Amino acid sequence: MLIKRPRPGDSARIAPSEITAEDVYFNRRKLLKAALALGAVGSVATSTASERATLRYTRNERYSTDEDLTSFEDVTTYNNFYEFGSGKGDPAARSHRFKPEPWSVTISGHANVTGTFALEDLLKPHALEERIYRLRCVEAWSMVIPWIGIPLGTVLRRFEPTSKAKYVAFKTVHRPEEMPGQRGRVLPWPYVEGLRIDEAMHPLTLLAVGLYGKPLLNQNGAPLRLVVPWKYGFKSIKSIVEIRFTERQPPTSWHLAAPHEYGFYANVNPNVDHPRWSQARERRIGGGLFDSRRPTLMFNGYEKEVASLYAGMDLRRFY
Amino acid sequence: MKPAVVRRVIKPALFVACLLPLLSILWRAFELGGSNLGANPVEQVQDTFGQWGLRLLVTTLAITPLRDWLNAPWLAMLRRMLGLFAFAYVSLHFLTWLVLDQGLHWPSILADIAKRPFITIGFLALLMLVPLAVTSTNAMMRRLGRRWKTLHRLIYPICVLAVWHYYWQVKADVREPLVYASLLGILLGWRVWKRSSRL
Repeated sequence: MLIKRPRPGDSARIAPSEITAEDVYFNRRKLLKAALALGAVGSVATSTASERATLRYTRNERYSTDEDLTSFEDVTTYNNFYEFGSGKGDPAARSHRFKPEPWSVTISGHANVTGTFALEDLLKPHALEERIYRLRCVEAWSMVIPWIGIPLGTVLRRFEPTSKAKYVAFKTVHRPEEMPGQRGRVLPWPYVEGLRIDEAMHPLTLLAVGLYGKPLLNQNGAPLRLVVPWKYGFKSIKSIVEIRFTERQPPTSWHLAAPHEYGFYANVNPNVDHPRWSQARERRIGGGLFDSRRPTLMFNGYEKEVASLYAGMDLRRFY
Repeated sequence: MKPAVVRRVIKPALFVACLLPLLSILWRAFELGGSNLGANPVEQVQDTFGQWGLRLLVTTLAITPLRDWLNAPWLAMLRRMLGLFAFAYVSLHFLTWLVLDQGLHWPSILADIAKRPFITIGFLALLMLVPLAVTSTNAMMRRLGRRWKTLHRLIYPICVLAVWHYYWQVKADVREPLVYASLLGILLGWRVWKRSSRL
């Protein structure tokens, strides 16, 4: 899984024949059982742990920083993923019941191709790449993470968004029985996020399936998450089950929870403070007790790549 | 409880107990026994000191009601030690922020105190604790006489500011600050009720 590379000349589009029909998809266990009963299938290949253990990918040097990586330990134990609790250690400690497979994603809204797709089918035509990005949390700490994924734009284009698709809305899975944080009403569930279509299509925007060479762990947003490196971490929505092309700006969870503190854009900006704390400097995770804060860079250091998206916009107003 | 027992057993035990959070931080800072302070040690140290400062402030405030409810006058003998430990942890919390978090970067520190309301009120609470700590000796109690009691009523606004500081600092999960707020409500409410029922 996840390792097929497109052959030269492949179009980015899904051929209609490649898309599993919804009814077939939802009845796949039944169909497999039926096939087994008939003896038509010798062994059932479900996605096993060994299959998920490693990913094949190539490093994208152009979009990777050469800064020191944050340790795997820190990346997988210090997380904000309120679906599993609001403490930084909660996602690692309380996500073991979460089942990231099988997984499917619903594509809907203003696009020619819509439907529900098995994750494998969604990813099949694409080659995975590794990108080492800075991640800047709105709480003024940061990490450097080797993500593995696919540029979101190349995936989205296969669904042929129409001219009415001005925004892309994302939704996290809602499973209170597996996600203990969703049993409290700390945020309105399910978590939702959104991007303007040009932000979604930007080559830096990544649809990630792994980090450090391995599939995403539950606490990092398994099995599929967004990574938008020039925006605060909360924009990079985790465990995505729905992608919708919309004409109007979609609602976003943190903006709903505290509109004057978290905007739709949430671009990393050292000059626009959070109302309760400064965004001018940040703490790099892994530096230890005596490491000092470092200055935060405009658009988290991706200014050259993304500043043109916001030309003429008042970034104080559209924070 | 006999005063001698309180002095010789309970107070030393409480002293050691109040030192435990500090010792646990030092233990983990030196990574003894394979322990550590986690991915964000500065935040861990700062939060731990702040949490214990708040817990001890509320405990100090609980002494008088508990003394009444449990009919245990000896509890009042523990109040000064609890109050001074509260001051110590709040100071460590502030110093951690000043030195380890802000790296003594004065422009940011002053801007934060002036512009961030949750930091402003936290700082204010610390400033108000200083005269209480300074006047905590027997000599000062004698010297101030009746005014001592009036001065030490500052503990009420200090606790309100401390809980508010915590409430304002969290992003969305306000459940824990609300627990402190409820405790504070009970402890202060009891005093109001007691006062009005005496009139």
